[in-house]
Amino acid sequence: MLAINNLCASVANKPIIKGLTLDVPAGEVHAIMGPNGAGKSTLSYVLTGRSGYEVTSGAASLDGEDLLGLEANERAARGVFLSFQYPLEIPGVPALTFIRTAMNAQRKARGEAEIGAPAFLKLARETATSLKIDFEMLKRSLNVGFSGGEKKRMEIFQMAMLSPRLLILDETDSGLDIDALKIVSAGVNAMRSPDRAMLVITHYQRLLDYIKPDRVHVLSAGRIVASGGPELALELERDGYDKYVQVAA
Amino acid sequence: MTLASALRTGDLTRLPSRRDEDWRWTDLRGLIRVLPPAAEAGAVHEAGPFSELGGDEIIIANGHVQGAADFVTVGGQDAILQLRHVATQASSNPSRFGITVRSGDSLLVLESYEAQADGAVTSADIDIIVEAGGSLRRIVLAADHASSITVSTATVSLAANAVLEQTVLTTGARRQRIETRVAHPGAGATVRLDGAYLLCDQCHADLTTVVTHGGVDGTTSQMTKGVVRDQARGVFQGRIVVERGADRTDARMGHHALIVSDRAEVDAKPELLIFADDVSCAHGNTIGALDEEAIFYARQRGIPADVARAMLTTAFVGEVIDRIEHDGARDIARAWAAQQLGTDL
Ligand SMILES: Nc1ncnc2c1ncn2[C@@H]1O[C@H](COP(=O)(O)OP(=O)(O)OP(=O)(O)O)[C@@H](O)[C@H]1O
Ligand SMILES: [Mg+2]
Repeated sequence: MLAINNLCASVANKPIIKGLTLDVPAGEVHAIMGPNGAGKSTLSYVLTGRSGYEVTSGAASLDGEDLLGLEANERAARGVFLSFQYPLEIPGVPALTFIRTAMNAQRKARGEAEIGAPAFLKLARETATSLKIDFEMLKRSLNVGFSGGEKKRMEIFQMAMLSPRLLILDETDSGLDIDALKIVSAGVNAMRSPDRAMLVITHYQRLLDYIKPDRVHVLSAGRIVASGGPELALELERDGYDKYVQVAA
Repeated sequence: MTLASALRTGDLTRLPSRRDEDWRWTDLRGLIRVLPPAAEAGAVHEAGPFSELGGDEIIIANGHVQGAADFVTVGGQDAILQLRHVATQASSNPSRFGITVRSGDSLLVLESYEAQADGAVTSADIDIIVEAGGSLRRIVLAADHASSITVSTATVSLAANAVLEQTVLTTGARRQRIETRVAHPGAGATVRLDGAYLLCDQCHADLTTVVTHGGVDGTTSQMTKGVVRDQARGVFQGRIVVERGADRTDARMGHHALIVSDRAEVDAKPELLIFADDVSCAHGNTIGALDEEAIFYARQRGIPADVARAMLTTAFVGEVIDRIEHDGARDIARAWAAQQLGTDL
């Protein structure tokens, strides 16, 4: 479903992604682990089309369609969703208004009818309940004054509402308390399906106890330097990245 | 040095110029080479921007007040005065109007600036007295012709426990200044002084306020927001003076502007001059661009860049609009902002 081939990308003329190849078939969950500064968030920004992240060579496609030539919002309309490592604050725009605007923009881009207010509110209430989010919070400006954990929960709320096909989770577990981690993981697991693919970036094996990956990859110095099954995450937890950092160097 | 005295005498040297400290960003002497002639009051056929809200209507047409030049409340809480400054020609339009809110009365003034002609030069002096316990809400909507010149100067005197709540909304003009001078000689006066300037092309708008706290227990809360695009220029000058003995004054002033193009400009001078001891005063002033990271975040959710920009800009200005208490006036202000920002989809 997601196919990344020999991708190279720079930020501020500095090469960060250096020949990265990765395939995530539909229905699978792949975890990406790697040391700080390896390029994990950079990869998520390159895939989602953030400006300033320049692709110098290579390719990335979703179901065979080139992603890299599309605008960020066009990629979103095709089902690419990023749960941000550091979600942004949107002052003056209530969370519900923001999400409804996003949902209808995506629908419009796909040539679908807009969602009406009653259907939207019903979906929002159900989704909020399942993620144990206080509905009143959704009336506040998105993420403004939210705690770190609340922001992460709001990312998953948006993800559930928008129902994307490619889910990229960048350290969604950081900042979550133990209960929130379980709730958020359950929300993510509920979205596992044969026509979705997930890329889960994390530093901690613990998240992978809840969201069981099909494959685990080590990203170091801008490349995938090792891949394996779930046991690789356990090995990394035990031994650290030493041997992979040397491989990359 | 005022535009009014230049218009009345025909003496160009009376125009304020950049050498006058308070006018350095709104130079008139360098701009006006010839004073246009005075004109008869032209006929005004179109309805004003607040017409649906009713009340008494006074039109000042080409500088001529149509009716009595002083308005005095006669009791009651729901009075509305629509005060329209209309210029139908490229003429000189000096005017003066007086408003008195009697003790305990309340009045909503819906004031509009409607210069329709290229080259119109308007000077409006409005003298406002709010007696003890009276309350005045004033909404000013300036929709002047882009090639006109307007200076509006409101001088407000607040007695003890009087209330003034004001919001000025403007799209600017060739050169435009909307100035409000408020004196609180009485104790316990409450002032809210807000403004929003949404400027494009080569328009200029200057929102200047001077608030002088002379009595104890006064409150001033000021919030001005601006959005400038193209080669437009916004000016904010806010001065709050707390005189000796005006203890327990609480004064807050915020001015925040978004600059949307490289060639747009905002000049701001917030000033707090405090001569009393026991006061609580603060001001904040920011001038910047939209948060590009927030725009990327919105785009990642599927919102096109132009929609994201409009959404964030509207929300930015919305903070001022939301503070308008009168429902009808707030709706008109919101529609005005949406139209100006191109979001009335
Ligand atoms: N705008 C930028 N200018 C210069 N360097 C940048 C910029 N953005 C990122 N980098 C660099 O790119 C490298 C990769 O950063 P990235 O955020 O992708 O790491 P990461 O793997 O997500 O790390 P972490 O685990 O700490 O989140 C880092 O060395 C970082 O300093
Ligand atoms: Mg990161």
